[in-house]
Amino acid sequence: MEPKKPFELVVREHGPTVLRVCRAVLGAHDAEDGWSETFLSALKAYPGLPVGANVQAWLVTIAHRKAIDIVRAKDRQPVPVDELPVRPSGFGIPGDGHREVLDAVGQLPPKQRQAVAYHYLAGLPYKDVAGLLGGTPDAARRAGTDGVKALRTILAGGSLSYVKGETP
Amino acid sequence: MTIHHHEADVSELLAPFDSVEPGAIQRLHDRLAAAAAEQHALDIAYRTVDSPIGKLLLAATERGMVRVAFEKEDHDAVLQLLAERLSPRILFSPNRLAPAARELDEYFAGVRHRFELPLDFSLSRGFRLSVLEHLPQIPYGHTESYAQVALATGSPRAVRAVGTACATNPLPVIVPCHRVVKSDGSFGSYLGGTEAKRALLALEAA
Repeated sequence: MEPKKPFELVVREHGPTVLRVCRAVLGAHDAEDGWSETFLSALKAYPGLPVGANVQAWLVTIAHRKAIDIVRAKDRQPVPVDELPVRPSGFGIPGDGHREVLDAVGQLPPKQRQAVAYHYLAGLPYKDVAGLLGGTPDAARRAGTDGVKALRTILAGGSLSYVKGETP
Repeated sequence: MTIHHHEADVSELLAPFDSVEPGAIQRLHDRLAAAAAEQHALDIAYRTVDSPIGKLLLAATERGMVRVAFEKEDHDAVLQLLAERLSPRILFSPNRLAPAARELDEYFAGVRHRFELPLDFSLSRGFRLSVLEHLPQIPYGHTESYAQVALATGSPRAVRAVGTACATNPLPVIVPCHRVVKSDGSFGSYLGGTEAKRALLALEAA
């Protein structure tokens, strides 16, 4: 079995994926706090992680819990809204559509947002996503596919309520 | 509009998430290393420095310098071994090594004749440790033979073991195993290569 690597390699290998997940789940503004708390907590616990464990799934689990902590802490204090309530300006502006997708993900209900992040961005199977979100793997899969469907509708200029009505 | 749920379509949809600026990860990494050090969760910090005898890996625990490694030892392999023998809580973090980098600079410039760095001998035990503890007593610019070192450490017959202790010195240059030579005056082997040993002795003779 492969011996445990220096944590530096864990940061290099998984840092970008965890940042993507944090951006999707927390929004651009809190993503870096989520990332920092995830890796600091992971570093402390790393010697106890069993050799051969799935490091990426372990990190996503920690990121999931840290994101919940951050959202709860924010709910307790009156802070300005995270996501700008201004609608993305739609297609046609110069750029790569970066902001649009980030904003669109921010409009998803939490479960869909998490399912999309953990399954599509971090590559976790729906069985593991269900382990994080609670519920069955099928429910996790539905949240993921509904989330993607909703994203497409938002990006095409539709409204979220329309998508929700459409979801069986 | 018909919606297809092929994974390829989804990755295209989510493609904007792929672009993570390298600067962002670098910044987060540095912030992590600083927070980890502050909370005593960074067991081993490391960096590299350029030197006249090649790139050196420097690693330190909270107690002090724990490892100096030559380029030919393969720095990745050295870090992996530190992870297995001491702790995997290892991050690239130049701050903790700043005093070591400065003293090595001064040493290679010929202006420093003695290192004043805290040392962590966690990687050495027993007789090898007593040999390493003796080595800093050999003055800059001087040499001792393996036999003399054996005598000084109270085991005059352990000449060969002194050789092994020097060959496995985890803190070369700083703990001056290069000042130990064969009784006939020839250099003897060196972990960093004979050329490196020759260069260090020439520097100190200047």
